[in-house]
Amino acid sequence: MAGIAPNREGTPLVEMRDISISFGGIKAVDHVSVDLYPGEVVGLLGHNGAGKSTLIKCLSGAYQADAGEILIEGQPVQIRNPRDARAYNIETIYQTLALADNLDAASNLFLGRELVTATGLVDDSAMEAETRKIMGRLNPNFRKFKEPVSALSGGQRQSVAIARAVYFNAKILIMDEPTAALGPHETQMVAELIQELKAQGLGIFLIEHDIHNVMKLCDRASVMKNGQLVGTVNVDEVTDDDILGMIILGKKPAHLAA
Amino acid sequence: MTKPAQDAAPRVARRGLLQTLEIDTRLLGMIGAFLVICIAFQGWTGIRAMAEFTLNPFAWLANGRFLIPQNVFNITIQMVSVAIMATGMVFVIVTRNIDLSVGAMLCLCSALMGILQVTILPKTLGLGIGHPAIAPLAMLAGLALGTAVGAFTGWLVGYQGIPAFIVTLGGLLIWRNLGWYMTSGQTQGPLDSTFILFGGAEGTLGPIWSWVVGLIASALAVLGLMQARKAKERHGFPVKPLWAEGVLAGIACAAILGLIALLNAYEIPAGKLKRLFEARGEAMPDGYTTGFGLPFSVLILALVAIAMTVVAKRTRFGRYIFATGGNPDAAELSGINTRLLTVKVFALMGFLCGLSAIIAQARLQNHTNDIGTLDELRVIAAAVIGGTALAGGIGTIHGAILGALIMQSLQSGMAMVGVDSPFQNIVVGIVLALAVWIDIQYRKRKGIR
Ligand SMILES: Nc1ncnc2c1ncn2[C@@H]1O[C@H](COP(=O)(O)OP(=O)(O)OP(=O)(O)O)[C@@H](O)[C@H]1O
Ligand SMILES: [Mg+2]
Repeated sequence: MAGIAPNREGTPLVEMRDISISFGGIKAVDHVSVDLYPGEVVGLLGHNGAGKSTLIKCLSGAYQADAGEILIEGQPVQIRNPRDARAYNIETIYQTLALADNLDAASNLFLGRELVTATGLVDDSAMEAETRKIMGRLNPNFRKFKEPVSALSGGQRQSVAIARAVYFNAKILIMDEPTAALGPHETQMVAELIQELKAQGLGIFLIEHDIHNVMKLCDRASVMKNGQLVGTVNVDEVTDDDILGMIILGKKPAHLAA
Repeated sequence: MTKPAQDAAPRVARRGLLQTLEIDTRLLGMIGAFLVICIAFQGWTGIRAMAEFTLNPFAWLANGRFLIPQNVFNITIQMVSVAIMATGMVFVIVTRNIDLSVGAMLCLCSALMGILQVTILPKTLGLGIGHPAIAPLAMLAGLALGTAVGAFTGWLVGYQGIPAFIVTLGGLLIWRNLGWYMTSGQTQGPLDSTFILFGGAEGTLGPIWSWVVGLIASALAVLGLMQARKAKERHGFPVKPLWAEGVLAGIACAAILGLIALLNAYEIPAGKLKRLFEARGEAMPDGYTTGFGLPFSVLILALVAIAMTVVAKRTRFGRYIFATGGNPDAAELSGINTRLLTVKVFALMGFLCGLSAIIAQARLQNHTNDIGTLDELRVIAAAVIGGTALAGGIGTIHGAILGALIMQSLQSGMAMVGVDSPFQNIVVGIVLALAVWIDIQYRKRKGIR
């Protein structure tokens, strides 16, 4: 586990209580509760189709939960659409990246929040300049600022999606497999970025299949199986085998089950 | 990821003339195709006009009838209404929709404006024939009706989730026949004399004002290029060499002023000129001649083209249209209200149908129930020939207008050289398929999509 342990005394940044959502009879998320404190990274784990993406989409405004409530800094909130989520400083990197393929990196980064000139027209040069700045930090090799993102490699596209999530001073960051398409060097840079953002006091939900990354980056891990929450553990107190056991067997290890 | 050193070096070395000018090769191809059409018809009409055949191509071109001022004038005024609607169709198609009802919407708006001018305003409301308020009121009503019908279409597509193809196929059947009921199927005319000025030949700026407009337009084009350059320099981005900007500005100004010169060169027939003087209560001086100049309708098309280009490239609305076409889910997840956007896009399409209805009706000088028939196909064809991809996300305003111009030129040229009208349609159909095929090949080569 990385860095200083976050303080989990006060009110959590995010609380998702008893969230349920089903698609035509399939309970994709079934009474799941998770929470997140400032400066904390909570890993969401589980096999394919466990319901991780669906759960966080309730927080990002892509879906609305059928039941359950969401609290931000202790206040119950209604997140009806992605605009609401952005208004609560929730930023999301989707598993599908959610980029408009026909637009360039800058247009994607600022999509929905374009910089405008005094006359209200979109200011492409200013947006490109900002994009160059942030990409210089995240992925200094990135050069394709003029091309539509369909012309980028999977990893380049992923870095555009990451840049979009971190540019707007999020308080709550949702990362759905942010390093899936990245090479080892870029993965390392994202790991450093996560630690830097954590140190700044952001709360991060990190969906990640690589158990080593989870052990390295997360403070706590919530494991899901078939839409249900298996349990949440402090990463300090468990081994990777314990977590793998939770994912595969769907129950907490004996020494932690109270 | 990219290897900067190896990546950058060859690209600099390979920069050819076109890259330096930063002209879209696709646009260049279209302009080339257009020029080929012009030259071919010029030569063909030349051969037909000469008393005896010679083997000298220059003689063919010199005797051609296609590029004479009168024909250029006619082609420009005939293409306006389709071109205006094609700019709106670009947005509709870019958002992965289609509008098959534009011709019918044009007819409905035209029907309303027709009865307003002929019956309701002058007679029922008692304004009297020729009242100055008739034209503006009729136009406003037509534009409002078009916008409302378009917005309703957009609501059915965006909020009710009915595919645009079905909604507008219904509209194709409904709107024209609603117009038929409004007018009891009767031709509406004669139209208000101010209204008719927007049709083309009846309302032109005359040579002097045409030159003024041409010079202003050229100045704006140069200014626009300079501003774009400044914005780039401000952020330290690379800019084209100054000579390249100069060449571009020169081409733009030459095109604008060349068109003005041709339109001015088309002289108003003496009989018509005489009537114009008589209408003003003056006597025409002996030997007086003057040219038509820029028609109001073409000026309106130019303004629509500029406005729609600004909307497409420089406004949030335009950015969201393209984002939604590229990836609707991503647009939604970025907080864009794609349903409302659909309503707006169709409402804009409806507004432009109303505008085209004004121009088409004024040009024909009455409303008939078959006005705008098959326009939906011409408009879609113009947008598609102009490079709008039916899969969504790609399209340009200038491309659509060029597409409309190419279609009108083909049609006019074929009529001049005496191609039978069934065969004219066959040719237009082949050109449409060919244009899309070339486009697909081009995109494959460039690795787009
Ligand atoms: N929009 C949808 N419509 C219908 N079913 C859905 C939808 N989205 C998700 N599901 C279903 O909900 C379940 C959970 O899917 P989810 O995408 O949340 O899984 P996940 O844990 O993110 O898996 P992965 O690790 O593969 O990304 C799956 O059974 C999936 O088929
Ligand atoms: Mg997932």
